[in-house]
Amino acid sequence: MDWRLRIRAQAGAFALEAELAGDDRPVAIVGPNGCGKTTLLRVVAGAHPAAEGRIEVGGRVLFDSSSGVDLPMERRRVGYVPQGHGLFPHMTVAQNVAFGAGAGRRPHTGRPLAVRRRTAAFLAASLLEETACAHLANRAPHTLSGGESQRVALARALAAAPDILLLDEPLAAMDALARQELRTYLAQYLAQWRKPVLVVTHDLLDLRALAPGKVYILEDGVVVQSGASSEVAARPRTPFAAAFFESAGSGQP
Amino acid sequence: MTGRRSVAVAFPMLALLALPVVGLTAASSPTDLLTGLRDPSFGPALRLSTWTTVTSLALVVAAGTPLAWWMAGASGKRARAVSTLVDLPVVLPPAVLGIALLETFGRRGLLGPALDGLNVQLPFSSAAVVLAQVVASAPFYVQGAAAAFQRVDRDLLVVARTLGRGPAAAFFRVAAPLALPGLVGAAGLAWARALGEFGATLLFAGNFPGVTQTLPLAIYTALESSPRAATALALALAAAGAGLLLPLRVLPALLDRHRRGGRAAAGRGRPAAPDPVTGPT
Repeated sequence: MDWRLRIRAQAGAFALEAELAGDDRPVAIVGPNGCGKTTLLRVVAGAHPAAEGRIEVGGRVLFDSSSGVDLPMERRRVGYVPQGHGLFPHMTVAQNVAFGAGAGRRPHTGRPLAVRRRTAAFLAASLLEETACAHLANRAPHTLSGGESQRVALARALAAAPDILLLDEPLAAMDALARQELRTYLAQYLAQWRKPVLVVTHDLLDLRALAPGKVYILEDGVVVQSGASSEVAARPRTPFAAAFFESAGSGQP
Repeated sequence: MTGRRSVAVAFPMLALLALPVVGLTAASSPTDLLTGLRDPSFGPALRLSTWTTVTSLALVVAAGTPLAWWMAGASGKRARAVSTLVDLPVVLPPAVLGIALLETFGRRGLLGPALDGLNVQLPFSSAAVVLAQVVASAPFYVQGAAAAFQRVDRDLLVVARTLGRGPAAAFFRVAAPLALPGLVGAAGLAWARALGEFGATLLFAGNFPGVTQTLPLAIYTALESSPRAATALALALAAAGAGLLLPLRVLPALLDRHRRGGRAAAGRGRPAAPDPVTGPT
């Protein structure tokens, strides 16, 4: 499944202007704090308005300023996992996942499909099983560890059957051991999930594990370099890119 | 800083707040209270106060919630202007509010001719009591509810939407339940303000027993004929206020604790989804 996006959006003080494309292999977005990475994901999700451009995922146009297409968030089929994981604190883990599973939509009209609650709960259960979270079903989100809550958030995003996954720093704010464990898990999961994934990350190890192929370097709202991460690592074009790929010691990913 | 000296400095304010309540309680014996409750103005006033405040609260919540929701999401010059406008009834003296209502809905007011055409006469009716209460109490609910909505993580709403739910479902299933403790607190404050409404009611609705004479107006009237009865009525209203304050303080905290206590399904009035996940753990 191919995807491409070309957008211009105003994000606070700066303008975000980016052109990205990819297939069903995970793509990494890297950049200094405040460069517009999160805004970029939110534009794709439809949570942040784009001034102009076009977003296309698997042949479906989510946004196109020239033809006036701007699908609302609930019709974009985008799985968005924000930095804090965004679990609903007033629902159990199972209810969180069932929330995503309970809102099917008809493919063409986009009208809500009546998904029976039992069906949603069943789908939620099987997704929790798949993400090794079945034992957490009745827990409240605030009792979960960082790794557990990220896995539940992933299960919930998958429950809505998205065409593309947007992961904002999926491994941030975790201790080293949990981080390594979740990194391994996510790497395996994303490698076998044959759909597009956009991963925002700050960490070279995470990039190598989750999105070893293509990387986009975003600085001040603009893509300053892109390509296979080995190429970018060999010939970084900006001081940030150079520092990023040196951060793990060797220059070779 | 929390030494003996800071307590001594903090105490006068506390005393000033507590003393009138002590005075009111000390002034009336149980027999006085009984006389007050038997006062012919008490029953009708209590009934009127009850149904008008319940009605005005319902109106405030129904019309104020969408406004609060908008205010929580808005920013910039327009949002500040709206917030200032909402605060206006709080800073205006109630008497001014009463005159303003007369000049708007009165016979010769702004909307007077239009209302006349519809054969509607608002001033000096029970509807005027409700209207005065709505205007006086709405700011307390709207500002409180806006603050409660603002505390809801915006990311949660984005997630709810990307999970295929429309704006209404995101509001009712995520924003409203999470803001509920704050909404209840704000509604309680607004109710208390409506219950105590005096100035605007007196000027806009008048003081007619059974029609516009609410409890505060009944106290005012009783003070002229029998101060004892006024004290007793005041005590009854104070009891109602205190009875309101207690759940106001306890309920939001209770709702919050309930949620964080891990019984996540509670508070939505529905049992948890059927749970087929108890198999392999």
